[in-house]
Amino acid sequence: MYQLLKQIVTAGIVTERPPLPDQALRQLEQQLPDAILKHIGRALAIRHVDAGSCNGCELEIHACNSPYYNLEALGIKFVASPRHADMLLVTGPVSRNMAVAVKRTYDATPDPKLVVALGDCGCTGGIFGESYASCGRVSNVIPVDVAVPGCPPTPTAIMQGILTAIQGRDRTPVR
Amino acid sequence: MTDLPIQTEAIPGAMPASRSMIEAGTLRAVVEKAKAQKARLVALWGSDETVRGGGYALQVALAVRTGLLWLTVPLAREHPRYPGIADIYPAANRMQRAAYDLLGIHAQDAPDHRKWLRHRAWPGGVFPLRKEFDIASRFPQADDRYPFVKVEGEGVHEIPVGPVHAGTIEPGHFRFSIVGEKILRLEERLAYTHKGIEKCFEAMTLEEGARLAGRVSGDSTVAYAWAYAMAVEGVTGTEPPSRSLALRGIMLELERMANHLGDLGYLGNDVALSFGFFQFWRLKEDLLRLNAELFGHRYLMDLVVPGGVTCDLTRDHEQRLLEGLDRIQSEIASLQSIYDEHSGAQDRFIMTGQVLPDLAERMGLTGFAGRASGIMCDLRIDYPIPPYQQLEVRLASHTRGDVAARVSVRFEELFESVRLVHALVNHLPPGELRVPVGAAPGGARGIGWVEGWRGDVFIALDTADGNRIHRAHPHDPSWQNWPVLERAVLGNIVPDFPLINKSFNLSYSGPDL
Repeated sequence: MYQLLKQIVTAGIVTERPPLPDQALRQLEQQLPDAILKHIGRALAIRHVDAGSCNGCELEIHACNSPYYNLEALGIKFVASPRHADMLLVTGPVSRNMAVAVKRTYDATPDPKLVVALGDCGCTGGIFGESYASCGRVSNVIPVDVAVPGCPPTPTAIMQGILTAIQGRDRTPVR
Repeated sequence: MTDLPIQTEAIPGAMPASRSMIEAGTLRAVVEKAKAQKARLVALWGSDETVRGGGYALQVALAVRTGLLWLTVPLAREHPRYPGIADIYPAANRMQRAAYDLLGIHAQDAPDHRKWLRHRAWPGGVFPLRKEFDIASRFPQADDRYPFVKVEGEGVHEIPVGPVHAGTIEPGHFRFSIVGEKILRLEERLAYTHKGIEKCFEAMTLEEGARLAGRVSGDSTVAYAWAYAMAVEGVTGTEPPSRSLALRGIMLELERMANHLGDLGYLGNDVALSFGFFQFWRLKEDLLRLNAELFGHRYLMDLVVPGGVTCDLTRDHEQRLLEGLDRIQSEIASLQSIYDEHSGAQDRFIMTGQVLPDLAERMGLTGFAGRASGIMCDLRIDYPIPPYQQLEVRLASHTRGDVAARVSVRFEELFESVRLVHALVNHLPPGELRVPVGAAPGGARGIGWVEGWRGDVFIALDTADGNRIHRAHPHDPSWQNWPVLERAVLGNIVPDFPLINKSFNLSYSGPDL
């Protein structure tokens, strides 16, 4: 126990300041009124959906939960079911084998909801493109509010995408 | 080159490898004899040879004492079929089913003829890897029935999980049959992330393929990129500079470390020791930032290319790297003793998800999970090609085969990786980083075979004219290990499944292709 406590004290708090939103990542105008965003911004529940990625983007989503980025400290957390979620964070080109599951997950998410597509594949289909096996970018299958490019996008870029999606129409601060 | 009764021809390239053409009638005899000589099944796939005036072909790669043996079995154009080998090598089962889904080559007398890669995307009787199939083809989403094996009895019920899981992981379906909390049977259904990687390769030049190879399974991008580069260098007769080989070795160990660090964190998390998650993910982030600073990419993507590498390590950076790793290593040592002495964590780790050496050998368990179950295999040791020749890589091993053993092997490998990076950096040869890649004739074969963090990553390459790809098959070690996970969970309780699963941390994208 002594060693464990010593480790915690020695490591200290490494959390850094979160990035600012970036409107350039927006695909659709903000649909949600500020009154709703105000509540969501303080307690955002995200359901991650891998729609066919190479698992590179997943590595960086995990990293967002590391103490450096500490996403949860912003009131943003990942939940186990789309039924508990305000936002879907979707990675990968949508494989045709996943298309039905992605649509069902979207339908299972209660309104009002937001969708952030992650990575070059989520934005454009990436190197896998559209084919017999791939539907290409996420917005070919479900509506996308914000798209974050990168292969994979860094944790900072992912957080920026999430924060952009919950920013109001008049670009008021999130929190 | 082998002790088998077949004619072989050497495959040029870095890894010792040979090839042999055999008749379908002799396949089983050859494979049985190889198995008796302790050969491992590395991969099984198919190819369409109709554009070359033939029919189809079954391809089998075995790890024999002296290196890799690539067997090719020509099959007829009409009703292509071959005697299945899944009874000899159980891991061949899903590979044979995948080869049927993609090419329509049929494994006779196989115990299981259910589809594997095909879900809804294309109908039965259509085979995407046949040359006449257009990659842009579209089909209406079909009904996707899949007969899971039913377990019956008093109190038995099923839990279906996935494809969209509760955590941030890749998609797949798990069907548990349980009584109370106890798992009686687990059946996996994967291939949700099938995105046509092998078909994409066939539209690419040898050079273009490198980027795609690095995205077969993102967490193993260095291993795949290196395996692909090795195969291309083999078919083109390119000799990558020794400095680039040492740098590849450094990057492969950094990739191994990043993955082991992340998984050790999650293994703490899964036994309610969130302290472990935060500490290990802090260290992993330190390592990723070091990667970004010194090499320009957090996961070292696209840095290994055919002909060499695209990054260098300056003298200042060498020092930065070694100091950074030493600091991480000393923290890993503290964390290991905390894990070891944490009775709650050990209580969950020990005897959970056990795979005994006998089962591991029968099922072909590979990589660090195999080494935790007494399988003494590691390509860096078994076939020590540059840059491993002078390093004398130490094998991490254990025999209990439970979560605790896999944790222990991961710790050992972390320390060994730090030692290897030190040795590689201290003897970094001077010279070029990259040489131009020559042209390859059509019909040339090359292999790439690299001990990635999860296990051996293999790439089989067969060229077409004009420096293009006739067939490229990337093989992930998860093909071998997924079926073993089904066995590892038996008799365990459902709440221990995430822990057992994470202790293996298998790739979905890699084998889904």
